[in-house]
Amino acid sequence: MIFNEAVECAGKENLKNIQSERLAKLVKYVYKHSPIYKQKIDALGINPESIKSIDDIIKLPFTPKEDLRDYYPFGLFSADIKNVAEIHVSSGTTGNPTVVGYTKKDLDLWSEVSARCIACAGANKGDMIQVAYGYGLFTGGLGLHYGALHLGLTVLPMSSGQSKRQIKLMQDFKPRILACTPSYGLYLAEEMREMNLDPKTSKWEIGIFGAEPWSESIRKNIENSLNISATDIYGLSEIIGPGVAQECTYKEGLHIWSDVFYPEIIDPDTNLPVPEGQQGELVITTLTKEAIPLLRYRTRDIASLTYETCKCGRTMPRISKIRGRTDDMIVVRGINVFPTQVEHALLQIDGTLPNYLIIVDRQNGTMDTVEIWVEVDEKIFSDEMNAMSELKNKIKRVIETTLGIGTTIKLVEPKTIARSEGKSKRVIDRRSL
Amino acid sequence: MKINQISIFIENTKGRLAEVCNLLGDKGINIRALTIAESPEFGILRVVLDKPQEAKEILKEHGFIAISTEIVAVEVSDTPGGLAKALQILAQNNIDVEYMYGFVEKATDKALMVFKFVNTDKAIEVLQKNNISVVDKKTALGL
Repeated sequence: MIFNEAVECAGKENLKNIQSERLAKLVKYVYKHSPIYKQKIDALGINPESIKSIDDIIKLPFTPKEDLRDYYPFGLFSADIKNVAEIHVSSGTTGNPTVVGYTKKDLDLWSEVSARCIACAGANKGDMIQVAYGYGLFTGGLGLHYGALHLGLTVLPMSSGQSKRQIKLMQDFKPRILACTPSYGLYLAEEMREMNLDPKTSKWEIGIFGAEPWSESIRKNIENSLNISATDIYGLSEIIGPGVAQECTYKEGLHIWSDVFYPEIIDPDTNLPVPEGQQGELVITTLTKEAIPLLRYRTRDIASLTYETCKCGRTMPRISKIRGRTDDMIVVRGINVFPTQVEHALLQIDGTLPNYLIIVDRQNGTMDTVEIWVEVDEKIFSDEMNAMSELKNKIKRVIETTLGIGTTIKLVEPKTIARSEGKSKRVIDRRSL
Repeated sequence: MKINQISIFIENTKGRLAEVCNLLGDKGINIRALTIAESPEFGILRVVLDKPQEAKEILKEHGFIAISTEIVAVEVSDTPGGLAKALQILAQNNIDVEYMYGFVEKATDKALMVFKFVNTDKAIEVLQKNNISVVDKKTALGL
């Protein structure tokens, strides 16, 4: 079903008018309430009153992720903390975590967009949904929860983990919808096999999978093993959490709710818009949020955008599945890993910067493994095996302390790590995502 | 007295050691002594060569990590207990041996051993005082 047909299938002119009106209001709002945005807007010499059309958005300043960390905890908020109804925090592996807040009105917005997503995936009022995203500071669980309530579903708030219990309640209650990460979906199928159950007999008909990048081959794998329709949901806590974009049953891109989250695709090097259909960095402006509205937030996710009306009838533009990250961030066992963290860790060893390569792998459904290759150079090479073993252990200790996950360190010969145009490729992800 | 040994970092991949030997062979560089310290993923090849400086340059040109280390070539009697005697003297004089290995060729009726000491100068002094022959560079490198 289409949850909000008037908006989701709005005429393009009509939609543009809504966006323009909201952007004009937003710019005045953040200029008035956020000293940081006032500073950014003044620095560009923009009069907030001059922003009248959504086409003016390209004049506005970007918001990089660092801003949220630098102004920790509430510096980027436009609302007084007393008027914030709920706070979510995403795990930061370096420095400060990312903190986001929601006013009551923001929570209504979250319910609305999440409800649109769940309906878009194929749900109907009266269905039961098993929410197996984590509840708590992570936005996944509560985001789907609010949307499901708003749509009129029966919610089974399982949170993640307790797989045997998930499977038992699925068998007993017969929920039509499963919402979790794609890897947890696969894990549940595996768990069913271990319980001598055929995953194909699962009661779920629709899966809403997100919070990590996944490919078409994983989709096939999940759909075949659990006998469900696997759809992709996109979201990030900085924008609202899950509920930013969602695949419909045609699965030809994710509808992004552009009446409230205005998308742009830019070239991350030039910061200029790319032509429709071309890949680039997804940039989102939250047109109506109150607590922490963001102008042109740099998601660092790589995607393309199409404005073609979808077969499902929705006029909301569609983003492609996320193709990667501009910053090479990888998610390993639920932890965000940035190659730069490895770089910083290696710098601590002896002040030099050896070449390194991160290889992430997943052997038949088991835990992700991380192997880090470090090129040996003359400065760190010793002809004594003890010294080399010690060096290896030291690298392992420092990297594991920084990343917070177990790794295998492999010392390799110089030039082992391929370089392209002077830049080394820092990550090889062998997981069949 | 002191001789430059070349130490090379070698990944445990097929043919890597052969590559090093080929490089040296093609340039007419002779291997006088060698040993390998190994771990599961990599090895450290230590070689005494007749042209160490040239070898180092060629290896580096071909992307290998090669460093020089000072070692001492010591003649020990090639009879039962010959090595033991030398080691005993070193131990009594608190000379730490980091590692040691034998030469490929037998120079005389004595066995020629490579020693890597923590304190090379002190070791040479102790050896000579105890009439254990430290071989000069020319003999060791077969020049």
